[in-house]
Amino acid sequence: MRALVLRDLRIAMRAGGGFGLGLAFFLIVVVLVPFGVGPERTVLARIAPGILWVAALLAALLSLDRIFALDHEDGSLALLATAPLPLEAAALAKALAHWITTGLPLTLAAPALGILLDLPGPAYGPLTLSLLAGTPALSLIGTFGAAVTVGNRRGGLLLSLLVLPLYVPVLIFGADGVRRAAEGLDPATPLLLVAGLSLGCLAALPFAAAAALRVNLR
Amino acid sequence: MLRAARLGIERGGVPLLQGLDLTLEAGAALILRGPNGIGKTSLLRVLAGLQPPMEGQLEAAPAAYAGHRDGVKPTLTVAENLFFWAETYGGSVPDALWEAFDLGRLRGRPGGALSAGQTRRLGLARLAVTGRRLLLLDEPTVSLDAASVARFADWLRAHLAGGGAAIVATHVALGLEAPELDLAPFRALAGARGGSDEAFL
Repeated sequence: MRALVLRDLRIAMRAGGGFGLGLAFFLIVVVLVPFGVGPERTVLARIAPGILWVAALLAALLSLDRIFALDHEDGSLALLATAPLPLEAAALAKALAHWITTGLPLTLAAPALGILLDLPGPAYGPLTLSLLAGTPALSLIGTFGAAVTVGNRRGGLLLSLLVLPLYVPVLIFGADGVRRAAEGLDPATPLLLVAGLSLGCLAALPFAAAAALRVNLR
Repeated sequence: MLRAARLGIERGGVPLLQGLDLTLEAGAALILRGPNGIGKTSLLRVLAGLQPPMEGQLEAAPAAYAGHRDGVKPTLTVAENLFFWAETYGGSVPDALWEAFDLGRLRGRPGGALSAGQTRRLGLARLAVTGRRLLLLDEPTVSLDAASVARFADWLRAHLAGGGAAIVATHVALGLEAPELDLAPFRALAGARGGSDEAFL
């Protein structure tokens, strides 16, 4: 499993691997928002938690179809399926590699982008915490979606339609935690719910993804 | 090492083969023959555990499968590709392997910069690092030149002599002393039942 994570990270770092692509997309979306809604600071501060979370969600979505599609095209997926590594572990490794290349950079970059949107001071900690707790769920749900649509040409759009509704609970609680902190309320409950969602996804979705892969590999 | 009784194979809901009995002992090889579309690839995929059989019993040792595509990552070097598979299978890359598959000069070359034949050699070298005794080979000699075919046949003979076993679907003579199995008599009848729910999807 370690070998698979390291391989995926290495591929992501190489030319055309897509590392940083999600991060750049996140940056551009957040920078575009003030152009769209105007530079009024009170408006920006109010919508900042939602914008940051929606942008993070879209950035995570961007690289999902690469999770299994490339391995399926070059035949590695079938070879992985016959390897001693259980497919469940392979799915988990894929999700972990996706999180390290997408979720983690987003989490680290989000506070800097919060400044652009004039996010109130007390919300920076909860913003980082909520993304840290929520982005693993995004990667895990995305891995499941990618497993369901693997082998489907033009599966990218279908994947988005499938995965985005599943992202709704993470978005609601993640953004709500940041909003509460911005308004000076206690953000603990929504943050714990986000962490709970991630843990639930961690427990269930590698198995679901492996089952979907087995069907798609037939 | 492998035992199958009254095996039925389907592909995409269409029955291809029926009533196939196979046994393979350690040290033995079997060459699959038959026209295109008879079900050689599907049979190998079933034996590898990638798809369930339509009917019949199957007992097989864990196998190393080599299909049409080699699973070579274009941005990783030859060595990185091979070490990844070695680590996944908990094995190592023996030094003799570089010589056996003539990959020594290509170690640092990215997978995407290999010719078709070189990619195939790398795909076949992967079999050697899996440490699995049973090999399921689907057209292993495609895009190999004559010297590489001979080199691969030598390696395969050594593998069999060391207690391995192989089922090979091929149209090329590998120079193996192995029985050939023509799949044509096992072609499924037109009315045979499909084993899949894909028919009504």
